[in-house]
Amino acid sequence: MSTLSALARLRALREGRAQRLATVRHCHLSDRPMVLIPLRLAGEAAAPLAAMAGTDPDHPRLLVVPQPRDRDLRFAFTAELAEVVLPYVEGLQKATETVERRGAEPYERCVDAPQLLVPNPAGVTFVQLLGRSTRFRRAEGPYAVHPSVPVLGRWLTFFGRRAQYPGSVLLAAATDLLSLHWATGQSALEDANLASLLGWIDPPPGMSGASAAREAEDPLVWPPAGPATDPGFDAEVLAPAIRAYQEAPGERAAAAVAAAVRSQLEPTWRLMWRAVDLLRALPPGGGAAARWEGDRTAFTAFAAQLAEGAPPQPRRDGAVAAAARLARMERARAVYDAQRAFDDPLVMAGHRLAGEAFTGTVVAAEPDRTEGEGRGRKLRPLLVVRTGDPVRLAAGARLATPARRGQRADVVDVAGGEVTLKIVKGMGRGTTATPGAVPQVGEVVCYAALTDEYQPPAALPAPEETPWTHGGPPPEYVPAEDDAEEDWS
Amino acid sequence: MDRLDRLRGPEPPRPHDARAIAALAANPGCARRAVLDAAGVDKDAVATHLGFPAPFGRSPFAITRGDAFEALVKEGGGAELLRLLRELLGLPLPLAGYTDLADVGGNPSAHLRHSHTRRLIDRAARDAGEAATLYDHPLLRLEIAGYHSYLEPDVVAFQLGGRFHIVEIKSFAVVDGQAEPDKVAAAARQAAVYVLALSTLLAELGHDPSRVSHEIVLVCPENFANRPAATLVDVRRELAVLRRQLARMTRVGAIVEPLPDTLTFDLGRDDGGVPRRPVAELRSAVREVGARYAPDCLNTCDLCFFCREEAAEAGATDLLGRQVRDELGGVATVAEALALADGSLAPDDDRAEIARLLRLADRLYAEVS
Repeated sequence: MSTLSALARLRALREGRAQRLATVRHCHLSDRPMVLIPLRLAGEAAAPLAAMAGTDPDHPRLLVVPQPRDRDLRFAFTAELAEVVLPYVEGLQKATETVERRGAEPYERCVDAPQLLVPNPAGVTFVQLLGRSTRFRRAEGPYAVHPSVPVLGRWLTFFGRRAQYPGSVLLAAATDLLSLHWATGQSALEDANLASLLGWIDPPPGMSGASAAREAEDPLVWPPAGPATDPGFDAEVLAPAIRAYQEAPGERAAAAVAAAVRSQLEPTWRLMWRAVDLLRALPPGGGAAARWEGDRTAFTAFAAQLAEGAPPQPRRDGAVAAAARLARMERARAVYDAQRAFDDPLVMAGHRLAGEAFTGTVVAAEPDRTEGEGRGRKLRPLLVVRTGDPVRLAAGARLATPARRGQRADVVDVAGGEVTLKIVKGMGRGTTATPGAVPQVGEVVCYAALTDEYQPPAALPAPEETPWTHGGPPPEYVPAEDDAEEDWS
Repeated sequence: MDRLDRLRGPEPPRPHDARAIAALAANPGCARRAVLDAAGVDKDAVATHLGFPAPFGRSPFAITRGDAFEALVKEGGGAELLRLLRELLGLPLPLAGYTDLADVGGNPSAHLRHSHTRRLIDRAARDAGEAATLYDHPLLRLEIAGYHSYLEPDVVAFQLGGRFHIVEIKSFAVVDGQAEPDKVAAAARQAAVYVLALSTLLAELGHDPSRVSHEIVLVCPENFANRPAATLVDVRRELAVLRRQLARMTRVGAIVEPLPDTLTFDLGRDDGGVPRRPVAELRSAVREVGARYAPDCLNTCDLCFFCREEAAEAGATDLLGRQVRDELGGVATVAEALALADGSLAPDDDRAEIARLLRLADRLYAEVS
């Protein structure tokens, strides 16, 4: 939360309509995303009640568990969900491209990847739990399930873990994506309600965002977007329908449960596609495509692992794997923040307010200044920028600039509204600056203490050399026999 | 105390269950909530009569599941629970007694049940050599703003060698050693209420209150099965918050003092129990006591929608959440913040810094969007 987004919320409240927090779209949006709205039976950790899923706004697929406490029906549901999700995921593995790399073997990468969109962060958690409860299952032996169930479990686990990765959108919550681009006149807590958030962003004609958002809080008008259902609906509609099925299982009773949950899911289904349309209308930012490449690489790699018959993901990461994952996520976070700021002056403005970036006019430049003697002589142009921004940078801070992406500069001095910079990278070889590489006097420039540079992976020991402080080398991971027979009650 | 009685009207004070007491700590700065709770006013009924019914409800599925799990854990005189305790506490417990304190010979009075609990706990504390015992449904009480509140018994106290543990049974799942942090935190807050009530009881009986462990035993279903698993949760922090909040409530007199003598939140129920008090009158009565709305109230307080509406009318920045308020350096209204931002309001010295930031934000927003 920056002063800028706080101000945007204030303005939204005054205008009665959400205000833009971004000038470009900071997430890749697939041409054919799959919307997935799961519902869970209240009081249970991951007992699916129903789901609406599909890639075609006009033809959602409704999956229902008419008696959510019945284990067999649950697995029938997951097998059916696999029928929807797996063809979508597998279809995208067919077309690949060759990626050339400097100093390394070229590799194959899928030209597109799946994108699962759920309504809210709780939906992401549910996908993770559903993955956890199905990936260890087996197609043979006691409690055998349909062969597609454990495969679905591994994919859902992959999506769920990838969703924690900053900037990844293989699995994303619609409320998160919308909140990234719009500020509403309500609190972040209330923004987690998709209907109310969309009320602010895109109110019906003749209605203010504030009143649309209030109306959206009525569960009778806009049922909750899941996975939790409305307790009133549970008591008055769902419980009697499930009881009727329990007493007389059959198609009619199952259809009654299906009709009940459909009434809860359809409004959210329409909201999800409205969210997709709203996001699609924004011009894409450059970094979004770069991050999607990372998503495609991850997708390709996981598909290959699965094809090679890798075991299901372990219940918990070992110490080394967890540290490596955390380090990767931290680097991804830094890159994500930097790329969004470089793509979008509105995001950069937030950093400028925080004093981590500034925009100003060049008042003095020494493009051909050098440091050192003889063979050690290096080109180090100096730049003085006058700015009205509240700069809070210390001497020695490493800066980058959106206009010249390869360039790096160090802060030499900040005093009296003037920042002196020394350009250390991206100004040309030899002792003369490349024309245009060093900004000229009068040019308006922006520098920020943000970097999307490649950073080498953290140096970590091999898993078998895990130090005793972290529990020592972990036992080799072998999927336990009884994992497949785990209760799901 | 008759002052608080007058505020409440002729209805009996609403008992605080552990959940309600735990929620007191959620927004300690709210005078409205402190007064209504201290007086034992039925906030849900007040909110409903005001036209802003509370958005809380519990699904029948969740209730059934919770009850079924609790029954499973306590089955067979607590045999399963005993197994869990044996493993968790590392105690050699061949056997343990099981006493259901709800069973007092058909007389359901809370007072009587509480004396029964008192007597048995006293005996256990005196006779430290006594065998381990599980006390199901102990009826404890806690003094809240001068009133004794009996606590709904959905908990088990476990005694061994004169030391007590509070056992809280919850039906949310712990998957691969992890549970939803919000739910664990709520369970810890509730259990802290019982720990406090039990140690108060011991102190009243002249025993050492520290014989109640500050580590509570949380029993939850493991993974996706119904099989229970137990974990120790340290509730010292929750206890400290709770103590502070209860101490504050005994000082609620200072908030009540300046209120008009005639003030009451009585709903004016007729013989059929239907509230007859004019809504406008009740509204102004409730507004006599200032609230401190925060979006978090939407999860905890029955009056949340009423207070939110009030904050919206006043154009309070509270509406946007604490993060935004912090970012605005405590500027209280939206109009003031926007006026500082566009420069139409000259800031005083205290606001100079935030005004400068807001003006800059305003300029940048105009410049780039």
